[in-house]
Amino acid sequence: MGETITFWILAVVSVSAALGLVFSRKAVYSALMLGVVMLSLAVLYAVQDAPFLAAVQIIVYTGAVMMLFLFVLMLVGVDSADSLVETIKGQRVWAAIAGLGFAFLLALGVGNATFAAPTGLAKATEAAGGNVPSLAHLIFTRYVFAFEVTSALLITAALGAMVLAHRERIRPKATQRDLARARFTGPQPSPLPGPGTYALHNAIDMPALLPDGTVADKSINRVLARHEMEGGFTPTDPVKAALIKQVLERDAAQDRDSDSGDEPVQAEDAAPRQEDGK
Amino acid sequence: MTTHYLVLSALLFAIGAIGVLVRRNAIVVFMCVELMLNACNLAFVTFARQQGNLDGQIIAFFVMVVAAAEVVIGLAIIVMIFRTRRSASVDDANLLKY
Repeated sequence: MGETITFWILAVVSVSAALGLVFSRKAVYSALMLGVVMLSLAVLYAVQDAPFLAAVQIIVYTGAVMMLFLFVLMLVGVDSADSLVETIKGQRVWAAIAGLGFAFLLALGVGNATFAAPTGLAKATEAAGGNVPSLAHLIFTRYVFAFEVTSALLITAALGAMVLAHRERIRPKATQRDLARARFTGPQPSPLPGPGTYALHNAIDMPALLPDGTVADKSINRVLARHEMEGGFTPTDPVKAALIKQVLERDAAQDRDSDSGDEPVQAEDAAPRQEDGK
Repeated sequence: MTTHYLVLSALLFAIGAIGVLVRRNAIVVFMCVELMLNACNLAFVTFARQQGNLDGQIIAFFVMVVAAAEVVIGLAIIVMIFRTRRSASVDDANLLKY
């Protein structure tokens, strides 16, 4: 009885989380939904006499794999939204139809099979005394070759990831001396203005105020401002909104002028970023 | 009860397959592949209990190991493509097309 209740709760949770994974617009939400599915599957493993797999599921999947996913999401950019343009015409509709048909077929096939009551693992595990010792016994006897090959696979994967993620350093690493020189030859030797005299907030999305109450132009965070403009949450203060818009437009004009210049990809580890207001 | 677990596994697998077909973001596609692998593991564990045989759990264990290795390599490839092409969309990586 307890198993039935657990199953139905977790079935609803995991199917809706899986649907959320597929249909949420933001990739981070998808990752969190995948975490929910994995956790509920871990509980289902535990219910089905597989405590070791439940622990491994939580440690390996929700622990390691999900963290890796989130790391890469942060590296690649959280707001890399899905493009809604269909490269192949009607692909989305046909994919959905094919997927639904597949689900129907699979559920029909599985649902038609009749099973006797599950044998249970009590008999299989009693010789070695418990789930984990029995699994260990199997891994190190019958499946020992596959287990050895697994170690080769893991080493290959680790080496491959290192090789793939490695980047040649094209120019020498900037020393502190170079950084200082770049800063003092740049347009702004001092730090950017912090929250001003009469500022109500010191949050990073709030521009600093000058003593006369006007917004300090240089304190506007370009990334956040662009995000606000694209998301449509402009500041309530019309002066501030106008200023942000003006700064962004000027930046866009500057970008168009300097686009023919250097490659932005390699510029990360050279000079420090210069936020010039010109 | 076995049938219930198998139907749940089939549903999760199909949802993952739909995601792989429909989504464009390479990372989300990858997550859907993980979902399909997890659904298979659920079926393996269910059959292990149904048959009273631990081999299913061993296979599920190996699937997890291979999935971990696959995630590492796949994400490294995605990061590399993103570095050179500034995009994580599967539509943009079509250099071999013509």
